[in-house]
Amino acid sequence: MTTLATQLPTGLWQVDPVHSTAGFAVKHMVVSTFRGRFEDFDARLESVDGGDVRLTGRVRADSIVVKDENLAAHLTAPDFFDTQRYPEILFESTSVSRDGDALIVEGDLTIKGQTRRVRGEGAIVDAHEDPYGNQRIGLSLETAVDRTEFGLNWNAPLPRGGVALANDVKLQLELELVQA
Amino acid sequence: MRVLGLSGSLRRASHNSKLLRAAGDTLPPGASLEIYDGLRFIPPYDEDQEHLAPDTVLALREAIRESDAVLFATPEYNASIPGHLKNALDWMSRPLKISPLRGKPVAVVGASTSLFGAVWAQAELRKVLGAIGARVVDAELPVPDADEAFDGDALAEPELEAALGDIAGRLVAEAAEHIATAA
Repeated sequence: MTTLATQLPTGLWQVDPVHSTAGFAVKHMVVSTFRGRFEDFDARLESVDGGDVRLTGRVRADSIVVKDENLAAHLTAPDFFDTQRYPEILFESTSVSRDGDALIVEGDLTIKGQTRRVRGEGAIVDAHEDPYGNQRIGLSLETAVDRTEFGLNWNAPLPRGGVALANDVKLQLELELVQA
Repeated sequence: MRVLGLSGSLRRASHNSKLLRAAGDTLPPGASLEIYDGLRFIPPYDEDQEHLAPDTVLALREAIRESDAVLFATPEYNASIPGHLKNALDWMSRPLKISPLRGKPVAVVGASTSLFGAVWAQAELRKVLGAIGARVVDAELPVPDADEAFDGDALAEPELEAALGDIAGRLVAEAAEHIATAA
């Protein structure tokens, strides 16, 4: 396949979940960056009417993975994602554009029932054929959100000032997409 | 709808047990409050005993599991929650993933003979319940001067009585939504 570096892929591209990552990073105890990820998610890039391209994503919020099971249980509780009532995190792009290898995606992100417009920036790697004859592309995207805008308000004051958890959270996607 | 009442005070003439009974009288039709009186029998939490939890712990787990919501009334001991109540919650929190309080609608009220109405203990208790994974109603009801706060089985101050009814109503509404979501 030949693709100009200014063109977005056409057709339908579906996520290879094993070789993709949906993660987050947030400042913890003021000093360090804490990272986690979601195991169960879906994403697709597809051509839509008018020649545009749409990126959509769906994450099972209770598939969150951190290194402590009690922390994972707290993160799925009403203090955080409240996965019993809001089982999915959703994203639907309103615009996808590229400039060379740079990728910009804007769209509506829904977490815990709250929808906010976000803008993610990153990179696109054009199609490459895998050993089985499939075409694959790579998307890297990152955005920052204020978790309290989505109702994830938990925090705890620290003895010497400051709080345990920052409000700003980076959402980081590394997507390997296979042409359908 | 079944609301379980847990009083943080064990004494027979407890203001907080009385506050629970007052809350029970404000519940909307179709909801009833049952006050649990077994907290005094729960031994100190011991991780070694987790898989051999005593009957008193199993009974509380079952009572919470069978309820649609839990209403706590807590006094304030040394600016915090009474030890036996925290101890019972520590038992209930283990293992956290299958805690009967996980996702359970809960609310906290409190009475004390001081001017502050156990407001710190209520905040502490909401924090603990949130950490366990309960669905905590974001409201508090400090009932100060508890020796003089009641008129019969109800709160003497109409505003406090109305606020108690409001919290009980919000708890029942949360429980109804919880039942609808789970269905």
